[in-house]
Amino acid sequence: MTMTAERPTLDPVAVAIADVEGLTAAEPQLEPAQHSEEPSKLHDILLINYSGELEKVWATMLLASTAGAMQVPCRVFVTFWGLQNFVKDEKRITGRNWMQKMLAVMSRPGISHRPLSKMNFMGMGPWMMGTLARQQKNPSPRELLVIAQEMGVEFIPCQMTMDMFGLTRDDLIEGMGEPVGAATVIGLMSEGSAPLFI
Amino acid sequence: MDLLEITTKVDARGLSCPMPIVRTAQAIKPMASGTLLEVLATDPGSVKDFAAWCRSTGHILVDQTSDGAVYRFVIRRK
Repeated sequence: MTMTAERPTLDPVAVAIADVEGLTAAEPQLEPAQHSEEPSKLHDILLINYSGELEKVWATMLLASTAGAMQVPCRVFVTFWGLQNFVKDEKRITGRNWMQKMLAVMSRPGISHRPLSKMNFMGMGPWMMGTLARQQKNPSPRELLVIAQEMGVEFIPCQMTMDMFGLTRDDLIEGMGEPVGAATVIGLMSEGSAPLFI
Repeated sequence: MDLLEITTKVDARGLSCPMPIVRTAQAIKPMASGTLLEVLATDPGSVKDFAAWCRSTGHILVDQTSDGAVYRFVIRRK
């Protein structure tokens, strides 16, 4: 507190600094957080794949496979248009009634048949994207999906979406988790899973 | 760095994100604890990515060199 003694006008900043310095000197040093040497404590990651557009599926699969490679526990909740990515590529028409079938006709399901959100041009855009990616040795969403599954990432379909589109477990790719609802997703988030909505 | 110690090599040259990390994760799985893995990569992003991967998985990045075009990482399995 020598500063304040030398300057009787009491510069508030100097007083504040002196106070803080005094405090830190007086207080016992707290133990630094325990994770200084250990690898950081990992949270679960929860990706929510809502979109069926190529670039967003790609981003989802890229993050999922990387999480798997980094041994970060990762789940992907697949809902609405996202579920179209997880229908087997060879399925052409899905659904039970004519409206569900029409939806499948208008937008072909399967991860290898995804449209771009911009510059789709009747499939020309996705074809060019795929060709560019192959030239760059970038893996396709389908390849990344296989890697992610091998690395232990869990893909969980939305029950409500399956009902709405008339999809069965048999329509979906192998290795999908049990269909669940929104409560499971909210439960995971409230328990600390880091969520990301794509 | 004794090169004879390196038991496994991953050639990720020409591969782009996230494949160098993915290939490395696949290769390190069957290795014995304490053994060394060498990765060659050309993706400039892999420098930061390998540091993050090692922090997350607990494997140790023991050496990292570059000749400007190719990055070389030596990783000791946890």
